[in-house]
Amino acid sequence: MKKKVLGVLLAATMAVGMLAGCGGGSEEPAADAPAEEATEAPAAEEEAAPADDSAAAGDTITIGFAQVGHESDWRTASTKSCQDVFSADNGYDLSFVDCDNDSAAQLEAVRNFIQQDVDYIIIDPIVSTGWDTVLTECEDAGIPVIVIDRTIDDSDKYAAWVGSNFKTEGLAAGEWLKAYAEKKGISEINALVISGTTGASAQIGRSEGFQEIADREGWNILDEQTGDFTEDGGQAVMESYCKSYAGKFNVVVCQNDNEAFGAMTAMDNAGVTYGLDGDVILISFDACTAGLEKVKARQFSADFECNPLAAPFVEEVIQTLQSGGTPEKEVYMEEHWFALPDAIVDFSIDGAAQTMTEVTDDVIAAQY
Amino acid sequence: MAKEKTFFEKLKAWPLLLPVVALILVMAVNIIYDAVNGNNPFSFFTITLQNTTANGTVLYGRIIDILNRGSEAAILAIGMTLVVSSSAGTDISVGSVMSLAASVCCVTLAGYGVSSTTELARPLIVGVLAGIAIGCLCGAFNGFLVAHLKIQPMVATLILFTAARSIGLLVCNDLIVYVRNPQFGFFGSFFGPIPTPIIITAICVAVTALVLSKTALGTYIQSVGINAKASRIAGLNSKTIIFMTYMLCGLFAGIAGIINGSRITSADSNNIGLYMELDAILAVALGGNSLGGGKFNLAGSIIGAYTIQAITTTLYALGVSSAQAPVYKAVIVIIIVAIQAPPVKAYFRKRNAAKAAVAKEA
Repeated sequence: MKKKVLGVLLAATMAVGMLAGCGGGSEEPAADAPAEEATEAPAAEEEAAPADDSAAAGDTITIGFAQVGHESDWRTASTKSCQDVFSADNGYDLSFVDCDNDSAAQLEAVRNFIQQDVDYIIIDPIVSTGWDTVLTECEDAGIPVIVIDRTIDDSDKYAAWVGSNFKTEGLAAGEWLKAYAEKKGISEINALVISGTTGASAQIGRSEGFQEIADREGWNILDEQTGDFTEDGGQAVMESYCKSYAGKFNVVVCQNDNEAFGAMTAMDNAGVTYGLDGDVILISFDACTAGLEKVKARQFSADFECNPLAAPFVEEVIQTLQSGGTPEKEVYMEEHWFALPDAIVDFSIDGAAQTMTEVTDDVIAAQY
Repeated sequence: MAKEKTFFEKLKAWPLLLPVVALILVMAVNIIYDAVNGNNPFSFFTITLQNTTANGTVLYGRIIDILNRGSEAAILAIGMTLVVSSSAGTDISVGSVMSLAASVCCVTLAGYGVSSTTELARPLIVGVLAGIAIGCLCGAFNGFLVAHLKIQPMVATLILFTAARSIGLLVCNDLIVYVRNPQFGFFGSFFGPIPTPIIITAICVAVTALVLSKTALGTYIQSVGINAKASRIAGLNSKTIIFMTYMLCGLFAGIAGIINGSRITSADSNNIGLYMELDAILAVALGGNSLGGGKFNLAGSIIGAYTIQAITTTLYALGVSSAQAPVYKAVIVIIIVAIQAPPVKAYFRKRNAAKAAVAKEA
């Protein structure tokens, strides 16, 4: 008996081990893929059939959404936004696929959507290249594709892209800092930047935007090192900054909220005061709920939003397409700049006046 | 005169000579950098007292940073050294297990599905023990696969390398669980003026070293690593010893995970312990230990772990652009590993012998 159990265990572990061992091989997934398609295809037809019926009835719009994964609060908010807007109550039938950061799985998901003959496909592309073939297939099938958040660089066979303009976020932070420093009578800006994961579009855009204003105003950016968008990274970088530039900096720019939480701990442990009542102006991006709570607590001087709620904008695009119109190719989402009244100042980006949002308990409760 | 010679000879025979020299060389870069820039050449080594906003007066300086931030790697290196010695393989799951332990600890403290809390739902000790227990469990799983099912260590630990982090995400309900509570934050902040991680590391190292030196365990592990069959014939239970080293490795991964989670008072499943298994393995190698198992030197591995952190802290201090930092890190690591490689060592030994012979003749 004992041997039997052991044998079963052995077999099970070996199977797991072999799967793990073959993960890198290309043949195995290739052999798996058709099988998966074969098993899912009938299911897809079944699903498509009632959808067609209801389409004949004139209401339900079927949508396939291939999401990146669920790696952050931001991503979860993005998913929830789509599920809320494209709900059955609103006359939509949404098939949602979480691709778990696997780009092959994402291509597979899109092909499945084509088989299901959905009306629209939404993609948040995990990688920016390698899309032309599958987007051509979508085009041939007559299904418009809407890309959200991240970009597709090697094909333009999609109807529209909806996302954030990261450079505008960087510019906003720069212009706000200029106006705020003037209000506070600070003449010299010595800034330290804790940037995001090097090469991420959010890092590139935010760095570019802020740098542009810094160059124009002649600010001194003492250093820029990456905190990889994590709290631990922000903490380690700030810990080092506090020693390298002790007493020499008055602005810290963190490219997301988590880095800023880490920077706060590091500054606490170095006896540096920050925020609205401190020596150092602390700027953050993303504006998640936890971030806004820090704004409310006067610890972040200002927080610049990166809006995850793309779905309402996507719905507008779909409505335009439904009525036979042509949507704009690039749709930038509306984003908010958060602060407390003490730090709300008037500024403009490229001549466009900006309105800042005051952080209240209601605003925090409504945030993702 | 004769006395001095024996001192040098002793020094040369000291197994930790090269790891220590490597660590000193890495830190010496800072003296040169500061001197060239007209700063106090020893500013890197200066330790001062600093008033903080939250923790009173604490020790403050780059050396403290190295000891503090290197804690996780040092603790992992203890377990990794034992695993490498007994099974001639590496446990590549430690980084993921760290993440899982932190997740389990935070979820236990916050309650399932809660994403942010300042109140502890259960006593601190329950969460900490849960985290450590899950670490031990993961270690036991690895140990069972390696010792009893004879699966290659790399393949056996690959399972938890891929799965543990994902299990952590499941446990956390796909959220970053924030436990913004000073009690939980204690393991990552300060005990009096000293960072708590340093103290925890010191305890872990001291206990392990004591057990290894006061019992025959160290010898058993080494003999199993050198020849498992011969050890079994000699009356040692090789399987149990290998199993135990993996379980200890899991235990230390659990402790390291809780420290890391406590530093950021949250369970960031995606990022805690990311690539830490590589640092732990590298620490063992930098310490002059053979990854082929058998004889080991625990102190070497610990020094190796702090050397890795010293490189990171130095690169921060020099303001090396973060995009290029890994390149410098790689170059330094290559140099350190190369000077410890047997052919290079043999070359220097031969040259020294020739020199000595010439000197004798003269």
